Amino acid sequence: MWEALITAFPTLSLLAWSPPGWGANLMRGLANSIQIALGAYAVGLIIGTAGAFGKLHGGPVTRDLLAVYTTVVRAVPELVLILILYFAVTDLVNQAMVAFGYARIQISGVAAGIAVLGVVQGAYATEVIRGAILAVPAGQLEAARAMGMPPMRTAWRITLPLMLSNAIPGLANLWLIATKDTALLAIVGFAELTLQTRQAASSTKAFLTFFLAAGALYLLITLVSTLIFAIIERWARRGQRPST
Amino acid sequence: MERLHKSFGPLEVLKGVNLTAHQGDVVAIIGGSGSGKSTMLRCINFLETPTSGRIIIGGQEVALRPDGQPANRKQIENLRQSLGMVFQQFNLWSHKTVLENLIEVPTQVLKIPKDQAITRARALLDRVGLADKENTYPAFMSGGQQQRAAIARALAINPRAMLFDEPTSALDPELVGEVLGVIRDLATEGRTMILVTHEMKFAREVASHVIYLHNGVIEEEGPPDQLFAAPKSERLQQFLATVG
Repeated sequence: MWEALITAFPTLSLLAWSPPGWGANLMRGLANSIQIALGAYAVGLIIGTAGAFGKLHGGPVTRDLLAVYTTVVRAVPELVLILILYFAVTDLVNQAMVAFGYARIQISGVAAGIAVLGVVQGAYATEVIRGAILAVPAGQLEAARAMGMPPMRTAWRITLPLMLSNAIPGLANLWLIATKDTALLAIVGFAELTLQTRQAASSTKAFLTFFLAAGALYLLITLVSTLIFAIIERWARRGQRPST
Repeated sequence: MERLHKSFGPLEVLKGVNLTAHQGDVVAIIGGSGSGKSTMLRCINFLETPTSGRIIIGGQEVALRPDGQPANRKQIENLRQSLGMVFQQFNLWSHKTVLENLIEVPTQVLKIPKDQAITRARALLDRVGLADKENTYPAFMSGGQQQRAAIARALAINPRAMLFDEPTSALDPELVGEVLGVIRDLATEGRTMILVTHEMKFAREVASHVIYLHNGVIEEEGPPDQLFAAPKSERLQQFLATVG
């Protein structure tokens, strides 16, 4: 059946693993994309959790700074942010390095990608988690307070697990956005899935084949992620009655 | 507590109330809605911070800053760890099973070894008649069962005194009896308790001292038989006539 397909659509053979096929390149791109998405998502969750608590319980200065952060990052297109952070920030860092007598450094694409997308994810995650914390029943937090539980322990043992079930749908969205935002890093020459696909496509002129293949890979990420988030959500909702 | 005042903005809820409870006393606070009785109870463990006045517990005065806020967070936490609070809305932690609810503060805050905490928790659950519910999540129990579990959770920290904030007001009438039964047992064994309640018959039966609060002042107080059988103030006579 595979052979019949190849005969009907000869360009499919270009997806083979080793040259002249480009399969290995696509898979390398996929692995890079997933790596960056995972890293950025983790950074985003940490920023988001800290940001949400900062917005809810921080002093006026903390709250203002966080408001500026979430507003600016969510207002500016991701592509522009990537260009600013990748080129302008790298340049600033290097000027500083040179000024202090150090050699210029080359920031790795992975690190830069994770940092840039992580900052973007953090702004959205701050708002998702802030909303989820506000939806935690106040009485359950008061019960912890009334028994003398210190604030940090209450946050970790009571607030975070309780807010998770509220936050999961929004956080799942953010993960899917993270996987697709990795494609934007193609603009700074990072060899993630989209750039690998474009190179393969322009070398072979088999545009349709390669972009459909890339689309299928992104779809695969989504399907697997949805499954995983369903499991996490079921766990986060333990103790809740199924709504009818 | 001495000469306690509490205002919410321009609204003065408590206008200089005094309350003394000795070891083994059962103090019942009664009064109409909005009389300040819940606020008075919540001032004892600083869920509300008094606007002015003094609170002395176990011979130790709670240090307050000039703005009325507790001066020392640790002192408040220690104080709260010695007071078991039971709320109108139960406020069990919904992501934890009944047993997990009972051992949370003992293991996480009081640093009691887990196996000891579990043994003690099981004994308490047995006492309140929930031995078979230890692995149930609160949402899957009746209101009466949840409130009994909440009483067991408060007892699990081995408190010097128990505070009850209208423990039966959120319950269906047929479930009130089982909760009052548990509280009655605690009174019989000589536990120090302060109880805000609408259950007049119950207050008369278990209390050693009854306080009638009206508009933030103590209108009348005394032993239950005197207060219920021969109320002196006109307001208390009216109140008792309306609640029957």
